[in-house]
Amino acid sequence: MMEYIWLVPAFPLLGVIINGLFGRTYIRERAHYVAVPAAGLSFIVALLISRQVFAGQTLDVSLYPWVVSGDFEVPFGFLVDPLSTVMMLTVTFVGLLIHIYSIGYMHDDPGYPRFFAYLNLFMFSMLMLILANNYLLMFLGWEGVGLCSYLLIGFWYEKKTATDAGNKAFIVNRVGDAGFLLGLFLIWTTFGTLQYGEVFHQAEGLHGVLTAPAGGGLSVVTWITLALFIGAIGKSAQLPLYVWLPDAMEGPTPVSALIHAATMVTAGIYMVARSSPLYTLAPFSLAVVAWVGALTAIFAATIACVQNDIKRVIAYSTISQLGYMFLGVGVGAFASGIFHLYTHAAFKALLFLGAGAVIHALHHEQDIQRMGGLRPHMRVTAYTFAVGALANAGIFPFAGFWSKDEILFAAFNGGFYVLWFLGLAGAFLTGFYMARLYFLTFEGEYRGDPHHAHDIHDAPPTMGIPLIVLAVCSVVAGFVGIPPEQGPFHQFLAPVLHHGGAAQAAAHGLAVPMAVLSLLVAGAGIGVGYLFYVSVSWRNVPEIWAARLQGLYRVVYHKYYVDELFWAIFGDGFLGLSRFTSQVDEKVVDGAVNGTAAVTLGLSTGSDWGDMNIVDGLVNKIADVIQGGSRRLRLIQTGVVQNYILAIAIGIFLIAGVYIIL
Amino acid sequence: MIPVSYYLVLGAVLFGIGMFGVLTRRNAIAILMAVELMLNAVNVNFIAFSRYLPNSTLDGQVFAIFVIAVAAAEAAVGLAIVLGLYRNFHTVNVDEINLMKW
Amino acid sequence: MQAVFFFVVAAFTVATALLVVTRPNIVHSAVALIFSFCGVAGIYVLLDAEFLGAVQVLIYVGGITILLLFAIMLTTRIATRVDVFNEQMGLSALIAGGITAILVYASLTGIQIAGEAPAPVETTPALGRLLMTTHVLPFELISILLLAAMVGAIILARREKE
Repeated sequence: MMEYIWLVPAFPLLGVIINGLFGRTYIRERAHYVAVPAAGLSFIVALLISRQVFAGQTLDVSLYPWVVSGDFEVPFGFLVDPLSTVMMLTVTFVGLLIHIYSIGYMHDDPGYPRFFAYLNLFMFSMLMLILANNYLLMFLGWEGVGLCSYLLIGFWYEKKTATDAGNKAFIVNRVGDAGFLLGLFLIWTTFGTLQYGEVFHQAEGLHGVLTAPAGGGLSVVTWITLALFIGAIGKSAQLPLYVWLPDAMEGPTPVSALIHAATMVTAGIYMVARSSPLYTLAPFSLAVVAWVGALTAIFAATIACVQNDIKRVIAYSTISQLGYMFLGVGVGAFASGIFHLYTHAAFKALLFLGAGAVIHALHHEQDIQRMGGLRPHMRVTAYTFAVGALANAGIFPFAGFWSKDEILFAAFNGGFYVLWFLGLAGAFLTGFYMARLYFLTFEGEYRGDPHHAHDIHDAPPTMGIPLIVLAVCSVVAGFVGIPPEQGPFHQFLAPVLHHGGAAQAAAHGLAVPMAVLSLLVAGAGIGVGYLFYVSVSWRNVPEIWAARLQGLYRVVYHKYYVDELFWAIFGDGFLGLSRFTSQVDEKVVDGAVNGTAAVTLGLSTGSDWGDMNIVDGLVNKIADVIQGGSRRLRLIQTGVVQNYILAIAIGIFLIAGVYIIL
Repeated sequence: MIPVSYYLVLGAVLFGIGMFGVLTRRNAIAILMAVELMLNAVNVNFIAFSRYLPNSTLDGQVFAIFVIAVAAAEAAVGLAIVLGLYRNFHTVNVDEINLMKW
Repeated sequence: MQAVFFFVVAAFTVATALLVVTRPNIVHSAVALIFSFCGVAGIYVLLDAEFLGAVQVLIYVGGITILLLFAIMLTTRIATRVDVFNEQMGLSALIAGGITAILVYASLTGIQIAGEAPAPVETTPALGRLLMTTHVLPFELISILLLAAMVGAIILARREKE
C-alpha cells in the first residue's frame, strides 16, 4: 500500500487539471463533483497508508531523479514517517471537510469552478510540501502553497482590497522565502545533498564541524537553522512578518479556515520540526525560535482583544497560537509543538467555519459590534463555535487544553521562566478575547441591521456537518496526548523528533499544579470577558477602560502601527532616502562647512581663497555627486525593461568578475 | 583537431554581441533577433562539449535540439506579442512602452 | 585545414552577428541574421553534428527569420529614421564587453578536458534513438510546448472581433 503514496497528491492534481481545463465552460456549478471526490480519495488513501505507519513501517522512496546537474542531484521522492503522516492526515481530513463546507458557502459565486481548482491545487502543493523527502521538493510545495494563498486571497479580484491583500501576502512571504533559499544553499554547500535522510545522518557525524564557529561567531548549523527560520517566520506569520495574515482575511472564509488557520501557516512549524536534528545542534537558533514565538503569542493576543472584525480576531488568534507552537519547538518540545499544530487545525478551522456561517447568515456583516443574540437563531453554529472557543482558550477537557498546557509546561520545565510567563499571560488574553468574541456574537441583543433580523438562518447541512465533525474533533483530538508528554501521540512521533534534553527530566509532581494554574488563568480570562460583555452591571466597563487607557487602546487598536511603520520604512523610505541624501549634503554638510568657512574668513582673509576653492569646492563636489546619485537612484524604477536587464547584466558581470579574480 | 576553446570563444563572442543587442536596441523585433543570437551561442557550446567530451553520449546535441525548439516557440509567441504591442501602442520601441512605470 | 575553415566561418558568423545588432535598417539586420545562422550551421557541421546543422538551417533560416521578416513588414515603417539604440548604449557596451572578456578568459584558461575526444561517428541515427528512448519524456513535453505556443501566438495575434 505504501508505494501508492504518490496517489495522495495525485488525486488533487487530477482535480486541478479537470476543473482547471474544463471548469469554466463545461463543469461550472458541478465543480464540486470533481473536487470533493478528489480530496476524499486523497484522504482515504492517506488513511490506508497511515494504518501501516501506525504499525511501525516507514518509507523513503525516490521515484526518479528530478534535477540532475553535475554533482547536484535531487530526486523526486516521498518520505512517509510518523511526522509526515500526522501532517498528511490533518491536511487531508480538514481539507476534505472544508471542501464540503465550500459547496454551501460558495454556491452562488460566479467563480465556483475556479475556486475548487485553486483549492485542489492548494491540497496538492501542501501534500508535496509535507511528503517530500528532500528540501528542494519541500520548497516546491512551499512556493506552491504561497501561490495558492495569493490566488485565493485575491479570489474576488474585482475588489481592490482583496487584490492588495494578495499582493501583500505574496511580497511579505518573498522576504521569508529568500531566507529559506539561503538555508537551502547553505545545506547544499555543507552537506552536498538536500535529502533529509542523508542530511540528518551526516549531521550526526559532522557534529564538530557543524558546531564550530563559522561566520559572525555563529556556527554553520546556526546559520542554516536561522535562515530556515526566516522562511518559517514569513510562512507562519510570526513577528515581524505577520502583517500579511490579518489582511489575508479578504479571501473567502473557507480559504481562511484551510490555508490561513489549519494548514499552510503551520508549514513553518512543520519545517522546523522536520529539521529538528539540525535545530538541536543549534541552541542559539532554538532560543531565537522560542523568543519569537513567545513574543508573537502575546503580541498578537493583545491585538486580538480589541479588533472588531470577527475574522480578524480569529486571524490574530491564529498568529498567537502559531507563536505558541514555535515556543513549543523552541524550548525543544518538538512533539508538543506538532501536537498543538494538530489540535489547533481542528478548533481553528472550526472557529473560521463558524464565523463563515455567521457572515453568510448576516449577508456579509463582519463587525461583531453589529451582531449579538444570534444563538437562538443559529444553534448549531453557536454551540460548535463555543466548543471551538473553549478549545482555543485551553479549557479542560477540550483539545487546546492538552496541547497548550504541555507547551507551557515544557517551557517551565526547561527553565525558560520568562517565556513561560509570557505564555501564561497570553493564555489569559486568549481566554479573554475568545469570550469577548463569543459573547458579542451570540449572546446579548441583536445590534445589527434590523432588516436582516428576521431571515437569520442556521447553516445548511453542507456547512453544518463539517462544523459538527470539527466540533467533535475539537473535543476528542486532545485525548491522544494523555498523559502529557507520554501519550500515544508522542510515542508515535518519538522515533522522528529529537527531544530537547531539558524537558526529559520532567518533575512530574509539578505537572498537575501547573495544569490547574494555566486552567485558572484561562478561566479568569473568560470570566473577565463574561463580566465585561454579558453581565449587566459591568456593561460600560469596556468603554470606560478604553477611554481611561485611551492612548494604549488606540495603539493596540491600530495594531501597534506596524503596517504604517513598514510603509514608512520601505515605501516612503526609498523616496525619502534619495531626498534625504541630497538634503543632508545641501544643508548639514554644506552648512557646517560654510559656517567654518565664515569663521575662517573672519580670522584670515589670506586663507579665504583656499577655503572657498579647495574645502568648499571639495564638499560641493561631494554634494553634487550625491545629488546626482540620488537623482539616478530615483530613476531606478524606470519601467523600461532594458534598464532592468542592464542591472542584471551588471550584477552578473560583478559576480563573475569577483569569481574569476578570486 | 582544433582545441575546444576556439569554439567556446566563438560562443562567448556571439553571446556578448547578442547581449549588447538586447541591452541597446530599441526595436522589439531587433531584441528578439539578438536573443536568438544568444541562444545560438549557447548551442555552439553545447555541441562543442558534446563533440569533445570523452564518453559523451550526445546529450549535448539532444539538449541543443530542445533549445532550438524552445527558441522557435519563443519566437512565435514573442512576435505575436510584438504584433499585439504594435496594435495597441502603434510602436515597437520598447522604451516608449512603460506602463509598468510607477 | 580544419582550423582555416573554422576561422573563416567563425569570422563570417561574428561579422554578420555584429551587423545584426548594429544596422539601423531592421530588414538589413534580418538578412544579416540569416547569414549568421548559416555560419553557425557551418560550425555545427565542423563539429560533426550534421543533423543539427540541417535543423539549424531549416528552423532558424527557413522558419524563424521568415517569421521575423513578416513581423517587421507588419509593424515597422522602415523608411522612418529613428534612434536605433537607447540611451544606455555606452554602459551596455562596456558591460557586454566585460562579460564577453570574462567568458573568453574562462574559456581559454578554465576548461581542461581530461582524455581524448572520441572519434567522429554517425550521429543522426544515435540521436534519433536517444530522442525516442532516454529523452522521450522531454521530447513529448516539447511538442506540447510547441502546440501551446502555437495556440498562444494565434490568440495573441488575432484581432478581437468587435
